[in-house]
This record gives sequence, C-alpha cells and structure tokens, in this order.
Amino acid sequence: MKKTTKNNIVTCGIVLVFFIICSILSSAGILGSKLSGLLIPIGIYIILSVSLNLTVGILGELSLGHAGFMCVGAYVGGVFSILVQDTVTSPIVRIILAIIIGGIAAAIFGFLIGIPVLRLRGDYLAIVTLGFGEIIKSIANNIYITKDINGVHFSFAAPVADIDAASAVDIFKGAQGIKAPQDTTLLLVVIVLMISLIVIMNLVDSKTGRACMAIRDNYIAAQSVGINVTKYRLVAFVISAAIAGVAGVLYSHSLAVLAPKKFDYNFSILILVFVVLGGLGSMRGSVIATVVLYALPEIFRELGDYRMLIYAIVLIVMMLFNNAPYFISIRERIAALPFFQKLKPKKKAVGGESK
Amino acid sequence: MMSFISYLVNGISLGSIYALIALGYTMVYGIAKMLNFAHGDIIMVGGFTVFTAMSTEWCPVWLSVVIGIIVCTLLGVIVEKVAYKPLRNASPLAVLITAIGVSYLLQNVALIIFGSASQSFTSVVKNVAPVTIGGVTISMETIISIVVSVIIMICLTFFINKTKAGKAMLAVSEDKGAAQLMGINVNSTISLTFAIGSALAGVASVLLCSSYPQISPYTGSMPGIKAFVAAVFGGIGSIPGAMIGGILLGVIENLSKAYISSQLSDAIVFLVLIVVLIVKPTGIMGKNINEKV
Repeated sequence: MKKTTKNNIVTCGIVLVFFIICSILSSAGILGSKLSGLLIPIGIYIILSVSLNLTVGILGELSLGHAGFMCVGAYVGGVFSILVQDTVTSPIVRIILAIIIGGIAAAIFGFLIGIPVLRLRGDYLAIVTLGFGEIIKSIANNIYITKDINGVHFSFAAPVADIDAASAVDIFKGAQGIKAPQDTTLLLVVIVLMISLIVIMNLVDSKTGRACMAIRDNYIAAQSVGINVTKYRLVAFVISAAIAGVAGVLYSHSLAVLAPKKFDYNFSILILVFVVLGGLGSMRGSVIATVVLYALPEIFRELGDYRMLIYAIVLIVMMLFNNAPYFISIRERIAALPFFQKLKPKKKAVGGESK
Repeated sequence: MMSFISYLVNGISLGSIYALIALGYTMVYGIAKMLNFAHGDIIMVGGFTVFTAMSTEWCPVWLSVVIGIIVCTLLGVIVEKVAYKPLRNASPLAVLITAIGVSYLLQNVALIIFGSASQSFTSVVKNVAPVTIGGVTISMETIISIVVSVIIMICLTFFINKTKAGKAMLAVSEDKGAAQLMGINVNSTISLTFAIGSALAGVASVLLCSSYPQISPYTGSMPGIKAFVAAVFGGIGSIPGAMIGGILLGVIENLSKAYISSQLSDAIVFLVLIVVLIVKPTGIMGKNINEKV
C-alpha cells in the first residue's frame, strides 16, 4: 500500500473513531448535554478547516474570506429548504438536495470570485478575499424574501412591499437571517465530513494537487515546466469554496436562527487559526487542532471572560514556541538529552545529521 | 450642494483618521513585512486610556491625551519585543497568527476590565461650538481631525526624508541585510517604527472616539480593518499611498452612506478596493516589483 494512502486511512480512522466514541459516551450520558451539543458544530468546523487548508496549505494563498463561501451555502441551502418544506417532507432528502444546491452555489461564487482574485498574490490576495467576504455578508444583510399566496417575493435593502399580509411568511429577513428546518444530524455531518476529507486528500495526491503544490513552492518554476497555473489554482479554489458551502448548509440547518452577522471576517480568521495551528497542508493537523481549539473554550466556559484571555495567551505562546528560532533551538537541545535519545526509534539514531 | 460639501468634509475628516491608522499599518508592513492585525486594538487601548484618565477629577484633557499616546507607544514597542521579535525570520503566516493572538489578548483584557457594553466617550472638544463657513456647518471634531492629521503627515514626511532615523527606516525597509552592513541598528529601527505607528494609533484613537463618541473592547477592529484596506488601496508599504488611500476611503464611505445606502457602505468600500486592485494590482502608489527567477 502507498504511504499516502495509509496516512489518509489513518486520518479518516481518527475522525471516525473520535465521533463514534463521543456519540457512545453521549448516549451513555457521560458526556453531558452541553458537550454532546458540541459534536455537530465540531464536525462542521472540521469540514471548514480542511477546506480552508486546501487553499492556504496546498495552494499557498492566504484567504481571509472563507466565511463568505460558507455564508452563500448556508443561505442558498437554507432558503431552498424553507421553500420546499411543504413539498419535500422527508428531512433527509431535503437536506441532501440543499447540500447539493448550496455546494453548487458556493462553487459558482468561488469561480466568479476566483477569476479576479487569483490574478493577485500574497497579501493583496488576502485583503481582496477579506473584501469579498465582507461584501457577501453585507449583501446577505439586505436580502428580504417573503412568501405569500401569490408566490415568492424578493426585495433588496427594504422589506418586501405589497404582500398579502394574511398569508405572508418571512423566509429571509435581512439582518435577522433565516430559520431553516433543523435537519442536520450528527450522522449526516460525519458522513459529509468523511466524504470531504476523502475528496480533499485524494485531490492533494492527484495531478491537480501536485500541480498546486508546485505552484505554491515556486510559481515561476511551475509555469516554466508547463503547468497551467491559472487553471489549477482556480480548480483548488473552487473546490475549497464548494466544500465550505456544504459546511454552510449543514450549519444553517443545525441552528434555529442564523443571522448574516455571524459570517464576518473574525469567523474566517477563527478557521484560519485552526488551519495554521494544525499545520499548513496537513489535514490530520487541521482535524486535531479544530477539535482541541473548538472544544477547549467551551469546556472552560465556567471561567467566563477569562477563557478567551487564556485562549489568546495559549495562541501566542504556541506560535512562539513552534516558530521562534530561539525556542526551536531549546527544543532541539532538550530532544538531544540522553533520556530522550533512548525513547527515539533506533533507525533515527543511526540516520544522518539532523537539521 | 451645501449638503454635498458637508458630506465631503466629514468624509475627509473620517478619511484622515483612517490615514493615520493606515500609516501605522503601512510603516510596519514596509519595515517588518508583517500585517499587524493588532494595530486596530491599540487604538481601542488608547481610547480606553484617555477615557479612564478623563474620568478622573484631576486630570486635564490635554494630559489625558498625552497619557493615551504614551501608553499606545509603549504598548506597541512591548508587543513588538515580546511577540513579534522572536519570530523575525519565521514564516509570515506564523507572525500573522501571532498578531491575531495579540489582538484577541488586548480585546479580552479590555473586556475583563471595562465590560462588553459600549461606554460613552466625552469628546475632547465638547464645549467648542461648531463653525459655519459659507452656510456649511462643520463640527469642531471634524476640523481638529483634519488639522491634526495634516500636521502629523507633514511632520512624518519631513521626519522620514530628512532625519537620520527616518532615512534608516527607509533603508531597512528597502533591504534589511544591506542596511545592517551600513551600520544601521535594525532592531532599534524596527522598534522605532512600531513606536511611531502606535503613537499615530494613539492620536487616531482620540480623534475617532471624539468624532464617534462611543468606546467598547471591539471599537478598534472595524476601523483597523478599514485602515488596512486603505493601506492596501494606496499601495502597502508606501507612506503617501496610505495618506491618499485613507482619505479616499473615508470620502467614498461617507458619500456612499449619504447617497447610496448606509447599510451597503462597507460593501461599496470593499468593492472599490477590489476594482482598484484588479486594475492596478499593487495599489495606487505601490511599486511594481518584477519577480526574478
């Protein structure tokens, strides 16, 4: 078996085992209702962080507007579900349709935004993705959709005028957002999560993934060996957007109310923190970092305002410890102590110089 | 017509505040090649310092402002020494995440001390009547913002182009290694840049909180992002670019608030930015750098 395949199976296995153990614990009542309620959001956040890892880790472009794609998926899928609520009564069919439609909508947005955005590079690309994220949020803040006996009415920037008040049902109420049917189940989240993990990990191992990594490592060299730079960057960007859209659909169907305010740049940054701390390009790292960083502040909720303070300090210390040359040298010195040398596997001790 | 002029003047006033903040962003970017996401929160700290100092009985307004600026300057230098300096040669993304961490830290410290509710900030020129020029009424805050910003920008341009320390900053931003070989102390130059950038943020905090008299732990984040946009708009790393970008951004924001839609003004600001960057990918005043193989 190939090494990458083995690695991917291990990653999928970790996720699966984590969710199985947690759901057993929660059904046995050990986990408590508060922590069991975290499982669905954790799953959704993992989907988001692995999809962002595709853009940031594999493609090497800093995207600060990931929440925008999630927002598109969440609202397109959510509005669809509300509209067909009476005709499609089976929740599972409804949410699968919503996932497909939301994913496609986010992919279309990813394509339209990707064409101009991917002309830029580095920090300029980062700020433009941030801008698009904020634009999507602002537009969502101004959408009003209302349904009455005459059909569905759409309005921008102001509530829908001249409607039949008796039969009017608000579907999308501007800044108040939508109330999608709560169709998301843990099983569905885990299945979607596994599918997206497999898709992304196979993509990374494919020709497209290798092309993206070549572009990331050396743009000009990749161009000069005949890689179609624009095409591969766009493919990865669109897939990342589509998966974020799918996560958005699951998200909007797991909450009672979802307001557009949620999808601001802080949300994108939160996901980016998961990706960077997990390790760029490492899907397993993203999964672990998301679980730990999402669950920790929730577990320490009793600490109140102090928990986010601790989170911030942990974030800074971890970044310093992992990246500062001074700390890296200290770590290497500790690892070189006789005690730790004994713990190491034999072949490493025989191997050549360490870096 | 009169209302247009008054919107324009208010836009320039808001824009000059953005420009002050954007200067801090752009100088730090030019010299340390990092996006200092915590810059917006330094504004917030400055605002709270002035707020606290002014609420004590014995502290006159001018002294509160001076204390605010000093606290911001010190904070900027300390943050640089503790959080950014160890990561001088690390990947830009690692520094970015650290900056986000610092931003969370400052916000949450403020949250613990002052609570999450926004408090009303007393304007530093509260007893001065607005001025009417040719039928257009302009508040004192607006005038002060514009005048102070213009003075600071002139001084800063002079400082950077004429003094030894300023030229050292230019040299370090051009080529760190070569600057070091010429005997420039790179570390102290970077500290100086952070100090100046944060002092400008301190000034901006007073102007911002006087014009929009409210303060909360999240006050700094949106102006910070807007100023960041302004810096990119003008060409990040370029000092005249940050000034022009900031003022243009303020004018666009105010005019679109007045004539198009107040809810969509943020979206319009970002849309203009995107159009500018697509037409000219390095911003208005940015230098085109050709990549070499």
